[in-house]
Amino acid sequence: MTRPTFTFDDLKEILREGAGADPETLAETTLDATFGDLGFESLALLETLGRIERQYDLALDDAAFTGATTPRALIALVNEQLNGAAA
Amino acid sequence: MSPATVVTGIGITAPNGLGARHYWDATRTGRSAIAPATRFDPTGYPAQLAGEITDFTAEDHLPGPLLAQTDRVTRLALLAADWALADAGITPSTLDAYAMGVVTASSSGGFEFGQNELRALWSKGSRHVSAYQAFAWFYAVNTGQISIRHGMKGPSGVVVSDQAGGLDALAQARRHIRKGTPLVLSGGLDASLCPWGWVAQLASERLSTSRDPHRAYLPFDAAAHGHVPGEGGALLLLEDADAARDRGAHVYGEIAGYGATFDPAPTSGRPPTLRRAIELALDDARTAPADIDVVFADAAALPELDRIETRALTDVFGAHAVPVTAPKTMIGRLNSGAAPLDVAAALLALRDGLIPPTVNVTPDPSHPIDLVTEARPAALRTALVLARGHGGFNSALVVRAADPGRHDAPADPREGRT
Repeated sequence: MTRPTFTFDDLKEILREGAGADPETLAETTLDATFGDLGFESLALLETLGRIERQYDLALDDAAFTGATTPRALIALVNEQLNGAAA
Repeated sequence: MSPATVVTGIGITAPNGLGARHYWDATRTGRSAIAPATRFDPTGYPAQLAGEITDFTAEDHLPGPLLAQTDRVTRLALLAADWALADAGITPSTLDAYAMGVVTASSSGGFEFGQNELRALWSKGSRHVSAYQAFAWFYAVNTGQISIRHGMKGPSGVVVSDQAGGLDALAQARRHIRKGTPLVLSGGLDASLCPWGWVAQLASERLSTSRDPHRAYLPFDAAAHGHVPGEGGALLLLEDADAARDRGAHVYGEIAGYGATFDPAPTSGRPPTLRRAIELALDDARTAPADIDVVFADAAALPELDRIETRALTDVFGAHAVPVTAPKTMIGRLNSGAAPLDVAAALLALRDGLIPPTVNVTPDPSHPIDLVTEARPAALRTALVLARGHGGFNSALVVRAADPGRHDAPADPREGRT
């Protein structure tokens, strides 16, 4: 049985839906840029986390909000939780 | 002496015209936009007509991140702000951020956004409520989003006093200019044509239940029975007159006077105070009643409120002594958007020497006022705009044509001021 995984493309889709990120911004988005540098302010990130929680049935704590400052860190955190939940 | 405050830019989003030119083309020719509401199904409600903006596509004007976090009213406000700044030739990024303020009026805030999130809350749970609900519903959201988008960090705020708020905001902006802020973007908009907003307005018991767009909103008519709600409004770029002259700006006119009063409790037996608001505005403008060339009426279209307005006008000006008009009969009452739009219309009327008409109304002879029901050419120099808010707010504002001999040669609008 395959475990669900959360990919960079999944994150981009949520950023598009939730924060209204335009395709150009997303095309230039790299895994290691900070969300702040990419133009996603704190509420955009809060909305993004909320959508990830709903879609993947997770409960991300405040540490996710403060700690995951880049797409790479956030993706890793979500996958860690998903794997933990499936184990 | 305090510096004079002038209007150098106009941004309009109105049901009968998006943009100042389209609005004025429609308004001076009496083109109405009142029709059955289409933004929601109105058939279950006693009132079913509205003044809707039907040609606005937010995606054509605003980037995705702003669309995700804004109600319809804020999207309209951002467009009106863009147009007012462009009309004035102002590029905020080239100016001192703290020398530019934003003061808007709002009656509802972002009602449709709020309705959708409340629906998500009770139907799906708190995890489904948008993070942007934190501010998207809020009265001050238009001021905030305009300030952020254009980097305008000077004195700013929001005024909430229903329809009167549109004038109260302009007066607040004028105070900021008098205290040294050279430029303030000001006015108001409302857009709550959604079931929640509709029910809230129905509760006022002031909405017309007519099904006939030509017979639904009839101020000063024997058949007056309430108003039609509309959406939109206007933002004006206000400037210190000296600063505007120095940069060679085109000036539409001056915000010359303002007065505001609050009515005594209806049970007190004391009279309403609209007359006093008018007198305060005339005094502030150092203008005699005889110098007012046209009045843009509040035009509540409820018999008692119409009588109060007629009485105030005839007490100050005399019977049939000054032309009175209510172009809002074409679009409905826009809450805090109504009065800034009337101020814009007054400035355009001064410019063109044309009083826009009050449509559909057959003046009731018991109202001894000169109600303008066909567009009327006239030499206009000074106009009075009236607005009343639910609960007792009365405001009056005087606009005066720009002095002849103004600078018309455009200076480089990118040149900063210090």
